[in-house]
Amino acid sequence: MNASSSDILTQGLTVKLEADLDKNFGETIAREAHGEKLFGCIQCGNCSAACPLSVWMDYTPRKVIAMVRAGFKQEVLSNRTVWLCASCYQCTVECPKGIKITDVMYALKREAIENKVYPKNFPVPILARTFFNEVKRTGRINEIFLLTIYYLRYNIFKMLGYASLGMKLFMKRRLSLFEKGMSDKKEFKAMLNQ
Amino acid sequence: MPINDEARVGFYICHCGHNIANMVDVTSVAEYAAKLPNVVLSRDYKYMCSDPGQEMILKDAEVFKLNRIVVASCSPLLHENTFRNATAKAGINQFYFQMVNIRENASWVHEDKELATVKAKDLVRAAISRVVFHKALEKKKVPVNPDVLIVGGGISGISAALNIANAGKKVYLVEKDPTIGGYMAKFDKTFPTLDCAACILTPKMSAVLKHPGITLMSYSEVAAVEGYVGNYQVKVTRKPRYIIEEKCVGCFACIDACIFKEAKFSDEFNEGLSKRKPVYIPFPQATPQVVLIDDKTCIHFKTGKCPQSCAKACDRNAFDFDQKPVTQELEVGTILLCTGFQPFDAARAPYYGYGRYPNVYTSLEVERLVNASGPTGGNVVLRDKTRPKSIGIIHCVGSRDEKTNKWCSRVCCMYSLKLAHLLKEHTDAEIYNFYIDMRTPGKGYEEFYDKLLNEGVHFIRGRVAEVSDWAINEHEKGKLVIRAEDTLIGMVRRIPVDMVVLAVGIEPGKDAQDIRRVFNISCSNEGFFLERHPKLAPVETFTDGIFIAGACQGPKDIPDSVAQAGAAAAQALALIDSGFVELEPNTAFINEELCCGCQVCINLCPYHAITFDETKSVSHINEAICKGCGTCVAACGSGAITQNLFEDQQILSEIYGLLVE
Amino acid sequence: MKYLYYPGCSLKSSGKLYEISLLAVLKRLGVEVEELENWNCCGATNYMSINESYAIEITARNLAIAERMVGIEMIVPCAACFMGFLKTQKYMESDPVTREKVNDLLNKAGLSYTGKVKIRHPLDVLVNHLGTDALAKTAEMPLKGIKVASYYGCQLIRPYATFDDQWNPHTMDDIARAMGATPVDWPLKSRCCSGSMTSTMTGIGLRMNYVILKEAKSRGADVIITACPLCQFNLECFQGKISRKLKEDVRIPVMYFTQLMGLAMGIPAKQLGLKQMLSPSLVLT
Repeated sequence: MNASSSDILTQGLTVKLEADLDKNFGETIAREAHGEKLFGCIQCGNCSAACPLSVWMDYTPRKVIAMVRAGFKQEVLSNRTVWLCASCYQCTVECPKGIKITDVMYALKREAIENKVYPKNFPVPILARTFFNEVKRTGRINEIFLLTIYYLRYNIFKMLGYASLGMKLFMKRRLSLFEKGMSDKKEFKAMLNQ
Repeated sequence: MPINDEARVGFYICHCGHNIANMVDVTSVAEYAAKLPNVVLSRDYKYMCSDPGQEMILKDAEVFKLNRIVVASCSPLLHENTFRNATAKAGINQFYFQMVNIRENASWVHEDKELATVKAKDLVRAAISRVVFHKALEKKKVPVNPDVLIVGGGISGISAALNIANAGKKVYLVEKDPTIGGYMAKFDKTFPTLDCAACILTPKMSAVLKHPGITLMSYSEVAAVEGYVGNYQVKVTRKPRYIIEEKCVGCFACIDACIFKEAKFSDEFNEGLSKRKPVYIPFPQATPQVVLIDDKTCIHFKTGKCPQSCAKACDRNAFDFDQKPVTQELEVGTILLCTGFQPFDAARAPYYGYGRYPNVYTSLEVERLVNASGPTGGNVVLRDKTRPKSIGIIHCVGSRDEKTNKWCSRVCCMYSLKLAHLLKEHTDAEIYNFYIDMRTPGKGYEEFYDKLLNEGVHFIRGRVAEVSDWAINEHEKGKLVIRAEDTLIGMVRRIPVDMVVLAVGIEPGKDAQDIRRVFNISCSNEGFFLERHPKLAPVETFTDGIFIAGACQGPKDIPDSVAQAGAAAAQALALIDSGFVELEPNTAFINEELCCGCQVCINLCPYHAITFDETKSVSHINEAICKGCGTCVAACGSGAITQNLFEDQQILSEIYGLLVE
Repeated sequence: MKYLYYPGCSLKSSGKLYEISLLAVLKRLGVEVEELENWNCCGATNYMSINESYAIEITARNLAIAERMVGIEMIVPCAACFMGFLKTQKYMESDPVTREKVNDLLNKAGLSYTGKVKIRHPLDVLVNHLGTDALAKTAEMPLKGIKVASYYGCQLIRPYATFDDQWNPHTMDDIARAMGATPVDWPLKSRCCSGSMTSTMTGIGLRMNYVILKEAKSRGADVIITACPLCQFNLECFQGKISRKLKEDVRIPVMYFTQLMGLAMGIPAKQLGLKQMLSPSLVLT
C-alpha cells in the first residue's frame, strides 16, 4: 500500500496520506449496496450502540462507514468487523438516516472476497463460501455435509469439539446423512449457470 | 426602632413555591414581623404574585386600614411593578410600598436554613422601618417624539426602517458607509434556500431610498446624543463625498474620466480582490447611487495638481472639492442601533497561513469570488488564475477558541456548507469541510446539511492544526497541506489542497465601544451590545428608548437579524404609540435655598441632567433626564440635593432597622 | 383456505422438530398446506455475502414456482428464509434493473414471476388470520402457571416484516396467552443469537447465547419459545456447553412455539418431537 509514503517521516505514525486512500471506494460500496446513502451518515453512532457484536469489532460500524466514504479501503477490508456482522438488521432499522447498514456490510464482504483481502484462515468467509458452493451444487443444504466440508477447509481439529453434540443429535434422529434433495436440479442449475 | 404613629404596615412573605420556603422559615418570619412596630398585619402566602395574592392585599388594606405595604419575595426587577399596582389599586400611593428580596438575597444563596431565616428577618425589619418614612410620590409623564433614529444600514437597519416607516412614522437612517446594504450586499447566495442575496436585498435598499417616510443619511456618523427617552437630540456628522448628492445621477462619466486610467486602489467591496479608482461607486446597486471621492488616494487632495478631469466630465456640476464634514441636528424619541459586526481578522490565526500563502482566502473573499458581479465575474480561480481542483474549508476560525473569541459565531457552519455547495458547483473540485461540531439549528438547516452530505463533499471532524506548504511526497508538492485529526476515524490526516477557505467568525464591530459611549448603553463581556434581559427583553437596553437589533447584539444570521429588527421596531412603535413615557420619581432635586452654586454636581452627573441657572446662581436638575443614581446627592457639600425615595431619614431608618433588633 | 408451504433446508434437518410440530398444529387447526414443488435453498445470509444476484435469483425461482402452482399465500416458517423472500420481493419491486435481470433469467429457465405471491409467517397466519380467540378454544390442556419467554430473534421481524411490532413484538406472547400460559416481559426478545457464529467465532457465539439464556432465566421464565430453527438450535444445543464453560447453569427448556401450542392442544409429546429435545423438558404443573 503506502506507495507514496517513502519518506521516513510518515512511517510508523498514524498519519494517513491522501495519496494512500482509494477515492472511489465509498462510491463503489454505495453502488454495490443498491445506492445506499452512506454519504448521508451523520456519524451519530446509533448503529454501533445497537449492534450486539460491536464490542468484539476492530472498528465499530459507525467508524467503518466513516472509513469507507473517506476511502480507507485497505483498513476496512482487511479487518474483521464486516465478518462479525451477523445480519441481524438492528442497525438498519434504527439508523436515523435510513441507511441499510446491513446491506453495506454485505457489500463489504463481497468486496473483501473479490479482493481476497479478508483475514487469512478466518472462519466466517470460509463457511459462507462452503455454503454457497453446496447450494450451487445440490440446490439445498445438508447441514452435516455443510459443516463437515467447512471444518475440513477451516480446521479439522475444531470439529472434534462438536463431535459429542453431533452424536447426540444424530442419536435423537435430529440430523440425518441423507436428506431428500431436489427432485429436478436441471432447471435450477441452468438458471445459475447462465 | 424609629416609629411613625400614622403608619399602618401590612406585611406579606411569599413562599415562591419551594424557592423561598425551602431555605427560609417563612412562618417564623411572618410571626416575627407581626410583632414589629407599626405592623398591623403579617401573613405568609404560597405565591404573592398570583391573582389571589394580590387580591389579599386589596382586601386587607380595606379591612385593616393599611397605608403601607411590604412584600418579602423575589427581586424587584421581576415583581416590584406588580405589587406597586396592587398597592395603588388598594387606594394607597404606590410609593408607600417596599419590596424585600429574600429569594436572590437569602434563600437562593444560602445553605443554612436557620441563618437564612435570621437574614430574612433582618432584611424585613429594615424594609419595615424604612417604609414608614416613605412619602407619596407621583410618576411624571413626558410626551414621546414619534420620530425614530436608526443607526446602521445593513439588513437589520433596513428591515427596521421599513417596518417603522410603513407604520407612518418618520425614520432617519444613518449609515457610516457610502451605501446601505451592509455585509449582506457582499454575499452571493443565502443559506439554506440558496436564493441570491442581491435579488432579495436590493429591492429593500431601493424601497428605503424611495420611502417618503425615510431620510437616508449615508456616509454619516452619529457624533453625539443628548436627552432622554422620548426626547433625544442627536448630532449626525455627514462626511464629505465631494459630490453634491442631490445632483449626481450615477452616470459614472466621472469615473471613466478619472486621471487614473487604470484602477489601482484596493476595492473594499470586493475585499481587496479587485481595484477601484479614487472616484468610485462601491458596487452597481449601491444606494444611494452617488459616486464619491476617496480623498486619501485622489491626486487632487494629495498634491493639488490634478486637472480634475472627473469634475469636467460631469454635465451636472455635481463636484464640490471644498466640501467639509457637516453636522446636522435631529430630534427623535427612540433610537434603534443596528450597527452590525466585523468579521474575525484571519491574520490573528497565523497557523492557517492567511497573508502568507496567497491561496488561503477568507470566506468573505470567496463570497465575492463566486459572485457573478465579483472580481472574476463568478469564475472561481486562484490568484494565479488557475482553477482549484481541491479546496479545504476550515470552520471555527476565530470562534470557540480561548486565544481569540470564545463564542460560537452561529453562522459559519451554515455559510461554510453553502460555500462548499457553491464551490462544488463552480469548480467541481474535491471539497473538504473541517469542523469541530456541525451546528445547524434553524429551519431547513439540518436538511441543507443532509443535502451537502450527499453532494460528494467530504466532512472531516477535527480542528485543523495548521496549513502549510511543507510537502512530504510528490502528491503534496505545490499544494497547501492541511493537517487535522479525523476524530471519527481516529487518525491524523494530511490533506493537500489548492485552496483554503477560512470560515471566519463574527465579533463586535471595531467601533462598538465608541458607539456604546455615544448612546450610553452597555456591552457584555465579549463586546456585543447588552440587552436588558437575555430572554425577556432581548432588544431593549438599560437606556430607555434605545433598542438594539442584529449582529451588534450577538452573532446572528439573516433570518434572525430580520426577526430581531422587527421586534425592535415593534418595541419602538409601542413606545411611540403610547404617546408618553412615565418616569420613575426617584429623581434628585435641589433645594435652591441651600445651593451654593459650586457646580461640583454638574461635572459629576453621568447623564448631563444638571444645568446651571446663571440668573439665580444655582444648579438645576432636569428630572426627565435624571436617572436617580445619587452621585450628586452624595457629592453636594451643602446638602442641598435630596433624592426621592432615598431621603436621609428613609436610608438611616433602613440601616437602623437592619442593624438593631 | 389452503396455503403453500416452503420448509427450507433447516426444517428438513436441524429444525426437523419445527416442521413436525408446525404441521401437527396446523392440521389440528384445520389449516391445509401443500409443500412447494422442487424448491431450492433460500440462500440465507451466506449467499448475500458471496453473490447478491445469486441470492435473489434462487429465491425468485421459488417464488416463480409458487406462482406456477397458483399459490397466492405461502407459509415460510424459517426466519432466514422468510426474510430472504421479503428481501427478494422488495428488491424486485423497487429496483427495475434487478427485476429485469431476474425475470430474464427466470424466463430462460421457463419460469416467470409477476409479484403475486404473499409470504406469510406461521405466527402471522395464526394470530392475524385465525385469531387468538379461535386458538384459545383449541387449548384443551391450558398451560396454567407456565411462564414463557418469547424469543423472536432478529430476521423474523426485521427489517421487512409488517405482521408484528418491530420494536416490541407480541404475536408469540399472544399465542402463549391463548394457550393459557403467562408471557414474561423481557428486553432481549429480538436480540441476535449470533446465527452461525456458534460454529465460526465460537467464543462470541456462545457468549451471545449465554446473555439471552441468563436473562430469560432471571426473569423467571420456565421455557423459551422460538420461531427460528437457528435460534432454537443455538439456544438449546449449546446451553450445556455454555453452562460448563461459564460455570453457570443457564439450562432452560427451549422449544418451538408450535411445540408449546401442541402441548396445550393435547397433541401427544411424541408427535411434537418433544422426546428428541436436548434441553430439559418442560415440567407441566
